[in-house]
Amino acid sequence: MTLLIGAATVGLILALLGLGVFLSYRVYVTLDLTADGSFLVGAAVVAALLVRGVPPLIATILAAIAGAIAGCITGLLHTRFLISTLLAGVLTSTALYSVGLFAMGSGNLSLASATSLVTQVEDVGQRLLGLEPSMSLLVTAALLVAALVLGLTRFMQTDLGLAMRAAGSNPPMAKALAIDVDGMIVFGLALSNGLIGLSGALYAQYQGFADIQMGIAALVTGLANLMVGEALVGRRSIGRWIVGAVVGAVVFRLLVALAIRAGLNPNALKLVTAALVLGVLVLPQLIARAGRVPSSGKAPSHA
Amino acid sequence: MPEVVLRLEAASHVFHLGSPSETRALDGVDLELEQGSFTVVLGTNGSGKSSLLNAIAGSLPLVQGRVYLEGRDVTGWPEQRRARFIGRVFQNPFTGTASDLSVAENLVLAGSRDSRRWLRRGLARDRRAAVEERVTRLGLGLERRLDTPMGQLSGGQRQALTVLMATMVPPTLLLLDEHTAALDPRSAEQVIRLTQEAIVEGRLTTLMVTHSMAQAVQLADRILIMHRGRLAYDLSDARRRRLTEDDLLQLFDQLRWADRLDESAAAMLQRAYV
Repeated sequence: MTLLIGAATVGLILALLGLGVFLSYRVYVTLDLTADGSFLVGAAVVAALLVRGVPPLIATILAAIAGAIAGCITGLLHTRFLISTLLAGVLTSTALYSVGLFAMGSGNLSLASATSLVTQVEDVGQRLLGLEPSMSLLVTAALLVAALVLGLTRFMQTDLGLAMRAAGSNPPMAKALAIDVDGMIVFGLALSNGLIGLSGALYAQYQGFADIQMGIAALVTGLANLMVGEALVGRRSIGRWIVGAVVGAVVFRLLVALAIRAGLNPNALKLVTAALVLGVLVLPQLIARAGRVPSSGKAPSHA
Repeated sequence: MPEVVLRLEAASHVFHLGSPSETRALDGVDLELEQGSFTVVLGTNGSGKSSLLNAIAGSLPLVQGRVYLEGRDVTGWPEQRRARFIGRVFQNPFTGTASDLSVAENLVLAGSRDSRRWLRRGLARDRRAAVEERVTRLGLGLERRLDTPMGQLSGGQRQALTVLMATMVPPTLLLLDEHTAALDPRSAEQVIRLTQEAIVEGRLTTLMVTHSMAQAVQLADRILIMHRGRLAYDLSDARRRRLTEDDLLQLFDQLRWADRLDESAAAMLQRAYV
């Protein structure tokens, strides 16, 4: 049970990563590798601030802002200097690796003796409600994620959110409707990486340390979350899509926890994650190929 | 004297500048469009029709010359800034609408073309009702599909909605880029009817590129024929009245003969002197 509560909490924290990846991958149809860097930078910034005694809430917000700035940089590299989003993201996240090291001072920074949002939540839960520490964390994470999902879904239906989605869906149309497509891309990537930075900051506080390896495969993990979510919840409306990103993250973490419990070597985790994403991308093609009638030299007609 | 909505001064654009395949898409075009006029641009492929439209919309930067909208110099304005005053319908029916947004969401976005987009709810009840009313007036039954993703509609339906979207906020200038060329005859007729209704209702100034001589003689107050990046003929009101499709075809033939004459003259000079 403890195992599942822990896994669900981590899943909720990583759901924010999933939401961030949703914004770049589904709204802008772009693989934003900044994710790896902004997840790390969120963790590094929050750890560096917490050990210096900065109030946890402020430290966490600043960590999210650091992620958003990273997204801005990638967005500006892409829109102002016409560098592909893939390369721009790689450049930013490579640079952020050093930023992470500078912020932490070393490859690993323990939060054992620092007050963090996690210790605060555990305290308050125990004193006011008499909750188990792991339970208060789960409830708080659930409330936070619910609030963000609601906020993001609402936002996507405002004028600004619609403009953002149109800019991602059809740039020529967006321009013809007086939408600043470049500005929307920068804004969208900032929002996306802000969420990812927040996810990194919460994750570091949950596990009690920040580590320079933390950002590795953040993007792929986020993609895996999305795909599990899309398979379970569907993608019929923007609200479903967003909820799917969260459900996917939690289910994915639970599956991982159970698999490890059943004897999966944790070292194989990234391999399994990559295989999952690959499988989701490739399977439909394989199925389509298998189902196609062998053609007698005649191309299928697309009317 | 009617107000001039659009003025082009010596507008020029060159593709592949400095390379052997250098082409003058626009070669010093001067043009004024009067408020409420319907101008049709004809021309062969590569004559510069689309470049003219793109230069006005701002998606094609000029290498020389200036663009004025209602007297304002907009030469340096990016496309999205000019779009506050310009409505646009493209040749490809899928270019004018966003497939991933619902029909209603597309229309609401079009309804805020001239205003700042902030955190107002897109489909607030009053806005949805307004959109529904406009779609009902199209008479295509699309009011029942307001929440359908735009991607599920046919090309003809999407182009009809694009016309509505381009004119939802009455634009200072409406640009139509062969906007019925990719449609089947029935949809094309429907879209032309809706376009005409919107233009009459909003007293819009319109610039339309087309290949159809029939559309030209039927709709235009003024016909421009482009050739090699220049306005070869400018047939304004008085002359247009008695124009037929045959007259237009004859003008095209003249252009072609002139071209051949140029070529044979060049060949003759070459024989004589090289």
